[in-house]
Amino acid sequence: MKRFIGFVKKEFLHIFRDFRTLIILFGIPGVQILLFGFVVSNDLKNAQVSFLDLSKDETTRKISDKICASGFFTRGKDLLSYNDIEKVLRGKATKAVVVFEKDFGKKLISQGRAVVNIVADGSEPNMATLTTNYITAIVTDYNRELAGPAASGALLVQPEVRMVYNPSLKGQFMFVPGVITLIMILICALMTSITITREKEFGTMEVLLVSPLKPYQIILGKVLPYFILSFIDVIIILILSWFVFGLPIRGSLVLLLAESMLYILMSLSLGILISTFAKNMQQAIFISLVGMMLPTVLLSGFIIPLENMPKIYDWVSALLPPRYFIVIIKNIMIKGTGFLYVWKETLILVLFIVVAIGLSIKNFKIRLE
Amino acid sequence: MRTILYLIRKEFIQIFRDKFIGKAIFGIPIIQMLILVPAVTFEIRNVRLCIVDKDLSVESRQLISQLEGSTFFRIKASTFSEEEANHLMDKGKSDMIIQIPSGFGKDLGLGRSASLMVMANAINAVNAQLSWAYLNGVIRDYNLNIIAKNAGVAAVSGIPQIQVTNRYWYNELLNYKFYMLPGVLGILVLAIGFVLAGLNLVKEKEIGTIEQINVTPVKKYQFIIAKMVPFLLIGLVDMTVGLLFGKLIFHMPFEGNIALLFLCSSIFLVAVLGFALFLSTFSSTQQQYMFTAFFFMIVFILMSGVFTPLDSMPAWAQKINVVNPVAYVMRINRMVLLKGSAIRDISSDIYALVIIASAFTFLAVNRYRKTA
Repeated sequence: MKRFIGFVKKEFLHIFRDFRTLIILFGIPGVQILLFGFVVSNDLKNAQVSFLDLSKDETTRKISDKICASGFFTRGKDLLSYNDIEKVLRGKATKAVVVFEKDFGKKLISQGRAVVNIVADGSEPNMATLTTNYITAIVTDYNRELAGPAASGALLVQPEVRMVYNPSLKGQFMFVPGVITLIMILICALMTSITITREKEFGTMEVLLVSPLKPYQIILGKVLPYFILSFIDVIIILILSWFVFGLPIRGSLVLLLAESMLYILMSLSLGILISTFAKNMQQAIFISLVGMMLPTVLLSGFIIPLENMPKIYDWVSALLPPRYFIVIIKNIMIKGTGFLYVWKETLILVLFIVVAIGLSIKNFKIRLE
Repeated sequence: MRTILYLIRKEFIQIFRDKFIGKAIFGIPIIQMLILVPAVTFEIRNVRLCIVDKDLSVESRQLISQLEGSTFFRIKASTFSEEEANHLMDKGKSDMIIQIPSGFGKDLGLGRSASLMVMANAINAVNAQLSWAYLNGVIRDYNLNIIAKNAGVAAVSGIPQIQVTNRYWYNELLNYKFYMLPGVLGILVLAIGFVLAGLNLVKEKEIGTIEQINVTPVKKYQFIIAKMVPFLLIGLVDMTVGLLFGKLIFHMPFEGNIALLFLCSSIFLVAVLGFALFLSTFSSTQQQYMFTAFFFMIVFILMSGVFTPLDSMPAWAQKINVVNPVAYVMRINRMVLLKGSAIRDISSDIYALVIIASAFTFLAVNRYRKTA
């Protein structure tokens, strides 16, 4: 035991000696959570809309003013002919063109019907859908005002909505749990896999192997410091997201911390597993970074909701541990539910740990080739 | 010139000597592209509803069947207890609860307005808002039906109607694959260049082989160029393969000039490689480099507008993006491939990329010291 403590001390010294890595270890999570809490957002804001107004009457002016005053759109160019649409949409600023047909106002009064056409830039489908939806809603709203009392009869069913869990509709509720998950898995898996392969590559692993320390003690001793440091990271991130973004912790804090420890453990064992496969640091880095970063970002429900994906991806993402941890954090922090709601996900994480460690033990070579 | 060629040869031998890296360079990007591109979609389907019908009238049933008929909604559960509905939402089994109060049908029959309670899971705020908008659409239709039934068709047509139609250009069916493919392609090329090139230089430092180069008459710029060229070529090959796969498997349209695309990608790669080599001069171990690289890569990618619209970012973030090469290349890739934009449409982006690329390369050459 004493020997083991000595070894852990040595590992801590290794980490603290490298001041730059230490800064990165604590600086990166903080900076990233701040950056993404503020920057990454799917809301429609300041999208530029241009107008092709072939009618130029009071009604069309009112509608276009209403669109621009909504806060979602900024006014782009005023176009003169259909040919201009192609020109502005091909450029990079305008996201949609609103076309009012000729004699729009007159037709609306005399025939009771007039057409607004929205031409949106489909090369960004998400933007295009949001833009057309919002503009349609604004026009419909105007239509209702215009119709006045006659239309109030049309409002027979009046739905009221309550946005549960996130009444102020903050984007951070979606992104912050994802960022925590991403950062933890990358830091833990990357750090451990590098630190172990480093010993292999430099040949110092031999020195350790001939020492009286048992192989499992070596691995444990390597992982323990990172476990503690990552846990401090989690706490920093939680404090930041609480103070800066007002992200609540509605459920039990103890449960949240316990689950985080479990997740860190899982990421660390993944790192160990990678290190048993990789022959040198470069390979370890390549696997953990290139192989894990994109799938974690894209397939775990971090940015793109899993529900939207084709069915097979349910199976693919089932193999990715971050997916379960995101569910766990969202449940505990935002929904405020207890362990009963996340026991399945917790069990799966435990399973991942068991498999990763089992495979690592099987793969771990005490002798050098 | 000959010196550079020899150095480049040396680099290639070094890269491909490691069999794993040799395979990974081409294998990982392609597998990832095939898996990731179809996954990304923000299109909302199957919003799972939980209905609490306390009225059980003809009218409420009609509303429910109208919801069932819509492509966006799927009725996941019907219950009479609010508690159970809340419980289902807590468990993540439903996205929206629609509660029809008792007296709903009676009110409508008497021509009064009836209320309807909706609760949406808003953790994903955008999805919640869109689902709410769709729901409103269904209810609007439902209302019109009732008016038509009560008062005849004339009453409806008396109200002036502004009809809103829409069309999507460049991607009429809003195929998300066409949107994601250029983006994922850019990211993969970035990752390969950024990770491998930087690590390559730091590895020489860490192992000490850089000293052997330092004592030769090889010039600083020659050394940096020789480090860049192999990865530039690998990146371009990756991109070619990616584009081919995109064409064959995802039927990606190539509206614009492919040569222009390659030109822009090359400038982009030079910028990325220059930055990677510049960063690597600050690190003495691969571990350090990896963490700095990881930090910049995530910042570059998430700020580039590949997943979320640039316009939604705050003004200061858009200012930072001026030096983010990924933001330019994402826009260029999409504009050239989907919109068929020509050189004059993207000239300002190209100038910016050229400036960034030369600046980073200059910095890399300048920061590299031949002394130990």
